[in-house]
Amino acid sequence: MDRLLLLTTLIAAGLIVTVLVSLRRAHIRVEYSVSWLIAAVILLLLAQLPEPLRWFASWAGIQDPPTVLLFLVAGVFLVVFYRFSIIISHLRDANIALAQRVAILEFRLENVEDGRL
Amino acid sequence: MTPSAPVHPLLEAGRALILIPARNEEEAIGGVVDEVYALFGKIPVLVIDDGSHDSTAAIVKGRGARVLRLPHHLGLGGALQAGYRLAFELGFEYVVRIDGDGQHDPRFITDMINAVAQPGVQMVIGSRFVASDDGYTSFLRGLGIRLFRAFLRPILGKPVRDPTSGYVAVNREALEVFSKSFPLEYPEIEALVVLRRRAFHFIEVPVSIRPRRAGRSTITALKSVYYLVHVMLGVLVNILIFDRRRWR
Ligand SMILES: Nc1nc2c(ncn2[C@@H]2O[C@H](COP(=O)(O)OP(=O)(O)O)[C@@H](O)[C@H]2O)c(=O)[nH]1
Ligand SMILES: [Mg+2]
Repeated sequence: MDRLLLLTTLIAAGLIVTVLVSLRRAHIRVEYSVSWLIAAVILLLLAQLPEPLRWFASWAGIQDPPTVLLFLVAGVFLVVFYRFSIIISHLRDANIALAQRVAILEFRLENVEDGRL
Repeated sequence: MTPSAPVHPLLEAGRALILIPARNEEEAIGGVVDEVYALFGKIPVLVIDDGSHDSTAAIVKGRGARVLRLPHHLGLGGALQAGYRLAFELGFEYVVRIDGDGQHDPRFITDMINAVAQPGVQMVIGSRFVASDDGYTSFLRGLGIRLFRAFLRPILGKPVRDPTSGYVAVNREALEVFSKSFPLEYPEIEALVVLRRRAFHFIEVPVSIRPRRAGRSTITALKSVYYLVHVMLGVLVNILIFDRRRWR
């Protein structure tokens, strides 16, 4: 359990450092870094406070606290990934509408003289 | 170019548009445009070039037809919607979609326009199977089409023989709907549901399908299962969205 908590701490710290470096280099936009930072902080808290983990384990009827940790970690990342799927879907919709508009405007510019086909 | 036979007055008057989606069809597209012009004279033809890597656009322009060039690849539904949008903005009253691979004989365009110009008909499907069940392109596709028929019948409230056909004519009412909301991937079946949800009516007229002039179909056996699931999910989502809106 202790090793696992240490490992989780390291991963969370690594994630935070990675996100901050990416932010500094402008590789990631601030609004998309927030999800990752929140996820990292949650991991960090989980690793620092084994008591709630044990409590949650007994409540859920799971004998093994590390299993609970893995379970929660998976949950945190699931939320982040799902959020990104939603963001990507919005971007794709906007991108398609934009591409269609650009194509139509370009067409109309090229064919101003006749107006019709 | 003089047409080889009397031309439908709606076509002759420039009130109908022939819409052709194309992606990398340089080997077939020229022949398709030639054939349309040979049959009907120089009627409005618009090819939607969906980010082709070949000379599709140049060949079409060389024939004197118009090209709507998308800045990057959108997929069949996104490309068609762009075409329907432009057609609607340009004021066309009827749009007939045919494939750019030469599989749809343009001879049937006249039948399609006659059918879609009837009152109370918003869309016409050029159907391979009105008369018989022969002519499935492949075993798997035949199976898929049977499945779709059974699935769609209760949703559409009437049987549809060839729901995946890309040989489709619409009037201006349906054109307006398609210009605003058209399914993005594998659009044919979902488009039927979109119209049905607005209480529009479609009919099927018989057409015959030819083998591809060149290239390969984009629908491979491997993709078929994905296609099946995707389309059915799309249809269900369509119904759910509509019903929610209706209760608001
Ligand atoms: N705009 C656009 N057209 C496409 C795309 N994929 C296929 N098409 C066109 O859609 C038509 C039908 O495609 P095809 O692969 O022959 O499908 P099938 O006839 O149903 O097997 C042809 O004119 C293709 O050029 C695409 O991604 N974008
Ligand atoms: Mg084809």
